[in-house]
Amino acid sequence: MHMGDFSQAILLAFGLMTSGDPGLWQIVGLSIAVSLSAVLIATILGLPVGAALALGRFPGRDALTVTFNAAMGLPPVVVGLLIYLLLSRSGPLGEFGLLFTPKAMVIAQAFLVFPIIVALSRQVIEDLWAEYSEQLRSLGSSPLKSIGTLLWDGRFSLVTTVLAGFGRAAAEVGAILIVGGNIDGFTRTMTTAIALETSKGDLPLALGLGIVLLAIVVLVNIAAWMVRGVGERFAGA
Amino acid sequence: MRMLAHSLPLLLDRVAFAAGDVEILRDVSLTISGGQPTILLGPNGAGKSVLLRLCHGLLTPTAGTIRAGNGGASTEHTALVFQRPVMLRRSVLANIAYGMRGGNTHTRASELLQRVGLSHLAARPARKLSGGEQQRVALARAWGRDPEILFLDEPTASLDPAATRAVEEIIGEIAAQGVKIVMATHDLGQARRLAGDVLFLHCGQLYEHTPAAEFFAAPKTPEAAAFLRGDLLT
Amino acid sequence: MRLLRLALAFTAILAVTVPSTAQEKSITVASTTSTENSGLFKYLLPLFKQKTGIDVKVVALGTGQALDVGRRGDADVVFVHAKPLEEKFVADGEGVARYEVMYNDFVIIGPKSDPAKIAGSKDVVEAFKKIAAAKASFISRGDKSGTHVAELRHWKEAGIDPAAGKGTWYKEIGQGMGAALNTASSSNSYVLSDRGTWISFKNRGDLQIAVEGDKRLFNQYGVMLVNPAKHPNVKKDLGQTFIDWIVSPEGQKAIAAYQIAGQQLFFPNATGKPAS
Repeated sequence: MHMGDFSQAILLAFGLMTSGDPGLWQIVGLSIAVSLSAVLIATILGLPVGAALALGRFPGRDALTVTFNAAMGLPPVVVGLLIYLLLSRSGPLGEFGLLFTPKAMVIAQAFLVFPIIVALSRQVIEDLWAEYSEQLRSLGSSPLKSIGTLLWDGRFSLVTTVLAGFGRAAAEVGAILIVGGNIDGFTRTMTTAIALETSKGDLPLALGLGIVLLAIVVLVNIAAWMVRGVGERFAGA
Repeated sequence: MRMLAHSLPLLLDRVAFAAGDVEILRDVSLTISGGQPTILLGPNGAGKSVLLRLCHGLLTPTAGTIRAGNGGASTEHTALVFQRPVMLRRSVLANIAYGMRGGNTHTRASELLQRVGLSHLAARPARKLSGGEQQRVALARAWGRDPEILFLDEPTASLDPAATRAVEEIIGEIAAQGVKIVMATHDLGQARRLAGDVLFLHCGQLYEHTPAAEFFAAPKTPEAAAFLRGDLLT
Repeated sequence: MRLLRLALAFTAILAVTVPSTAQEKSITVASTTSTENSGLFKYLLPLFKQKTGIDVKVVALGTGQALDVGRRGDADVVFVHAKPLEEKFVADGEGVARYEVMYNDFVIIGPKSDPAKIAGSKDVVEAFKKIAAAKASFISRGDKSGTHVAELRHWKEAGIDPAAGKGTWYKEIGQGMGAALNTASSSNSYVLSDRGTWISFKNRGDLQIAVEGDKRLFNQYGVMLVNPAKHPNVKKDLGQTFIDWIVSPEGQKAIAAYQIAGQQLFFPNATGKPAS
């Protein structure tokens, strides 16, 4: 690419964002919906597991902790392939017909994000527990109430955890390309569209889409940061 | 006031506590009854904090027994203010309401906050308060547990004189409500101001349990005498 | 409570934004990157939908992978370009019948510097021999796609085992046509490409068409319904409707009408009857 390609890409990105092209916004909407759904599912499932790993004392706890830490680096393509084989008509979950649908993409990304939520929330909750455990017991807090307290008091760090998960999901292409099929108007997302435009040799358009994707991720993070700032002012770091 | 004393008297019978191989307390036997504040004196590392945690039920003795009223040591009817209390990440008022039993916590917490003179900070994030203010919030929070015994672990150790005076006044007010105060300190002036009786702990052992006037006038052990003179004990 | 309400609102939003899988009338077609990337489907499918109301979802893959998707029952129709593999697919009972649809042609793309001195020639086998003799850099798809299969056939016809040049002048990248062209463009290499992808490819750099016009470079596309006897989920009526339309005079005319930059990319040659 030449320097001219970069300025062309930036102009294209700007043009795309201001054009109101329904095709683009459909892709943007699907990207956000899929990644947010995946993060939501992974968070709902991952926080209790993270809390259990942080507070529980059971055999295999260390092994599980190491496993989840390692699984943060799961290659998306491998996860995509596994989900593909699971959801394929010839696979064990084939009867649901989920392959090449947005739901399959949500499942694959939830798989990728889940270990991140578990591993990072475990760390947050464990650190907080070291600080809080005596005080909470002294105040007569039951184990269940204590978990609620830790999640609530760790909320700012946990938001960062969730953002890390969202970043992984939004940036990922390997898994959703395999299980979604990059079907135009149905399962095409920002990242798979970027991969497609790259393969068509339209590098400025690919980069332009990349800039749009980046802008979305930045916007989500700014929103989270502002929520955090307001929350801190009222509840304290 | 109370129909049934749950925690008093507090009886320790040959209590020992070890963390791994390190013996922190050994052979401590004592009785704490209601009335004037009991002050726990001793140099750093004497085992004061561990003794308070044992009496509060946060730790379990490795040997010996603790009886509190008609049961064992428990956080149920006693409260503990830590040297560095943990402020939860929420408002001052919510911190005080956190440990309360029963209903109407908001009103009751507001009353307590008024008593410790911090009503104007009710909505502030507790973590943003100064050390002295945090200690007063911690006192109100412990008070809100309606304890029969309030344990205090060097609550003024890192406070300036003005903040120390405010904390002592609150402690006096809590004591006046009929709550038994058991406080660890190594501030002799504070001990003189508050003590009804004194427990002197040194190297994990109880050397003296004497009425305050007697302890400060004529300590029975050479270790206590040395401590009162300000000598460095080893 | 507040959290619960938030979660509920969230789920509601998702339910609206994530398209449901229960599309009324739709089929999935496993096809090749060449047809998808050339824009042919973008042109054909709206015409088909207008006529029949059927949504066609195209999953664009290499021919080998597309056939595998059909074999697993994950597509209703397979639309690819590797005749021997397609015939085997039908013979194995994976597909019902194979219909020829159209052809395009392959071209050898190479750098303007033309180190193998083949530019302007017509004989693909001769050209391959010269590339190997010059040890000129050559990018192979290496992904069992229709294009890859065609390339290997030409090496065989030339009596050359390109595997011997692996790691030196012969590079298998294991990716799609676009990626192969990108790689060739950045390394000034020869590469075998279908003409459609080449015409719509934008990142050409110093590349140009070196060899074209040899009959052996013709690239036949076939379409097959995945066998509903093996995979009951296959929408055989809707799938057959698509096949019938694409080999009908109307579908064939639409294929012929599709152009990029004034060039026709695909040449319809359906007989309307199963070819095998």
